[in-house]
Amino acid sequence: MNDSQLILTIVAAVGLGTPLIFATVGEIITERAGILNLGVQGTMLVGAVAGFWATFQSGSLTLGIVASLLAGAAFSLIHAFASITLRVSQIVSGLALTIFGTGLASFLGKAGSDPLVGEPARDQFDSIISGGIADWPIIGPLVFGHDILVYVAWIAAGAASYYLFRTRMGLSLRAVGEDPASAESAGVNVAWVRYVHVMAGGALAGLGGAYYPLALVPTWQDNPIGAAGWIAIALVILASWRPWRALFAAYLFGAAARIQFTLQTLGEPWSNIPATILAMIPFVLAIIAMIALTSGKRARFLGAPAALGIPYFREQR
Amino acid sequence: MSDSTETLTVDLRDIHKQFYGVKANEGVNFQLRPGEVHALLGENGAGKSTLCSILAGLYRPDAGEMIIEGEPVVFKSPKDALAAGIGMVYQHFRLVPNLTVAENLALGHHNLGVMVDQKDLQRDATQLGERYGLPVDPTARIWQLSVGEQQRVEILKLLYRDAKVLILDEPTAVLTPQESQSLFSTMRQLTDEGRSVIFVSHKLHEVKQVSDRVSVMRQGQMVGEIDTADAEPKDLARMMVGRDLELPTRAEDDSTGQPMLVVRDLRVPGDRGLESVKGVSFEVRSGEVVGVAGVSGNGQRELAYGLVGLRRPTSGSVTLDGVDVTEENVLEHIRQGLAYIPQNRLGMGLSPGLTTEDNLGLKAFREAPYSKGRQLVPAAFKSRGKDLIEQYDIRGVVPGLPIRLLSGGNLQKALLAREVEMQPKILIARSPTRGLDVGATEAVRNSILRERSRGTGVLLMSEDLDELLALSDRLIVLYEGEIVGELTARMATAERLGLLMAGQRDEVAP
Repeated sequence: MNDSQLILTIVAAVGLGTPLIFATVGEIITERAGILNLGVQGTMLVGAVAGFWATFQSGSLTLGIVASLLAGAAFSLIHAFASITLRVSQIVSGLALTIFGTGLASFLGKAGSDPLVGEPARDQFDSIISGGIADWPIIGPLVFGHDILVYVAWIAAGAASYYLFRTRMGLSLRAVGEDPASAESAGVNVAWVRYVHVMAGGALAGLGGAYYPLALVPTWQDNPIGAAGWIAIALVILASWRPWRALFAAYLFGAAARIQFTLQTLGEPWSNIPATILAMIPFVLAIIAMIALTSGKRARFLGAPAALGIPYFREQR
Repeated sequence: MSDSTETLTVDLRDIHKQFYGVKANEGVNFQLRPGEVHALLGENGAGKSTLCSILAGLYRPDAGEMIIEGEPVVFKSPKDALAAGIGMVYQHFRLVPNLTVAENLALGHHNLGVMVDQKDLQRDATQLGERYGLPVDPTARIWQLSVGEQQRVEILKLLYRDAKVLILDEPTAVLTPQESQSLFSTMRQLTDEGRSVIFVSHKLHEVKQVSDRVSVMRQGQMVGEIDTADAEPKDLARMMVGRDLELPTRAEDDSTGQPMLVVRDLRVPGDRGLESVKGVSFEVRSGEVVGVAGVSGNGQRELAYGLVGLRRPTSGSVTLDGVDVTEENVLEHIRQGLAYIPQNRLGMGLSPGLTTEDNLGLKAFREAPYSKGRQLVPAAFKSRGKDLIEQYDIRGVVPGLPIRLLSGGNLQKALLAREVEMQPKILIARSPTRGLDVGATEAVRNSILRERSRGTGVLLMSEDLDELLALSDRLIVLYEGEIVGELTARMATAERLGLLMAGQRDEVAP
């Protein structure tokens, strides 16, 4: 029963959705502070190469995770400085970050006499429980059979939700994203809140990136993440800036990405659909979801932070 | 009452502040005693708001000393000022619209724990509101509240932090006269508790009524400070303006001309799709000024949009000099002789990036001398613009530079010049003197009255009751999108208008 196509597809969707959860929750936190970071793709790649390299050098997955978090935070600091302190266009800065990060990760993967490209990971994330309850019918593979980061992603989404809506810092964060002038008059340090959350978002994006070469395909290849960073930005809107919804949105896209393999195994006539068409499914889904959610009157209730993307000058008159 | 040896609550010395080369504060001294209401009086642009924003930590002074309770302080941000017990209610409220009242109270409050308990917060907010006569629903989101309620939240926010000094920047500008009275009694309660209030205003009668002392500012400088009891309104006015005022006078003339603008059962949708103008009927005749009074947000904007063709009415009709223009676009309204002074003069009225000359030709450019066939004649813009700039006394124009560099008063003169030059049959003006100094206000009001004597029908929408009373032949009052009263100039008083603006329909027949 646990080998049925449905169970296999769901399990695979959870795996493919996990890095998207990290990146999406990270971008939600960043955008809740009013900063649009289009550099998610670049940040994920930098986190991926840093995480893979650290594990490759040390043999420790923990160090790999720490390295990806730090690299993501440090890399997004560039965007924080440009958009908060220098107040440049966040679109331009974010896109530059993606271009830079893509090139940097690719370069680091190929640099040196003994490049990372093609090297297998020295360790990888595997199911934390094998046998026992993980073999129970249906709930075994669905609930207990995953690697540790799947559960960390669940905790991350729940914790982010609690943080946003139940803590004082979360209140400051939401206020800064909605109306920085009001937040500042209420005694909130707008720049500080923005810096912290851009970097926190970057750290989560870095972690999401590292999941690819350390769990999904345990080797280094050029751009191991595909277009996951861009999907994450779309998922933020689909999740309407709420971390819990990001969980479901990410799994939905994980399933869409997995569908092509499932259909291949189903035989005629499904296997006749060209793979290139199937590979488009997640992106088409993203476009449809965007249009359905953001068109007309519904957009108002989506919950986009009102000050998203707008630089804040205190002494503006 | 006041003991000269006691420690001053606030002592500002020789404060300087410039914005892009404009001196907003120039060597200002200001002293606040404990337990007093201290009025800060001055025209728009005199530097009152700047001084208050410095005291509230929002702006940093370029030079000068700030001494609070005898201790020199430097405020890096509003957070520091709040910590020192100083808070401000800004003219444009600083509340986060999507958060609840309780959340806005808690925001940035450092005595609360890491976790936020909504129930506790809501209870505190309710108790505080009851204590100070500022009732408000703590679970409501800010955008659901009226302007008056939002102001109460702003004051509660400061009291929740136990602010010792409350700065209220033009708090009555958004209130009806009755709401203002209730605010004044709250202010009294605050000073009875030993708190101090800085009351910023340019309305002499309010200053006279509520304050203990008054400081007057003019052009960035402090020009005087006196006990309110010794202050004559006339003297205060002279200190404020620097000369005696000559108010524009309306020639009494009851002969009415042809109806120029006829509005029948007009309904116009608001931004959220709900109806904002709910079946309004009135007419404006040639040679009369009809004032539209109302607290802002009661359908004035939508009414203006519906009348000038910017928003299609859902039903009803608008007739300009006998021509039904209800379904027509803006251009057709202009062709029928409609001129419009929008509230947002830079942006909707004038194009900020174009030169003054180009802006002056922006409505008539389809015709000679600005156009020949389909071609523009740039030389005509220059020469015609030069004439208008002289004729209408528009100052500060540098040829070739964008119009946005002009001061508010000169922008308004330019806008009026363009609209009046069309020789309109109907002039619709929204808050035409808002933010202008007294000189420019006089010029604008006089041109409106000149239009009236030329036979134009004028619809004047304003939140300034004094302006409405001074210029209008008739007044209509808008409340929640409906006309709740119509008064002739002779019948109208600020009190009656205030009651109508608060939604109390007129019981006395006009």
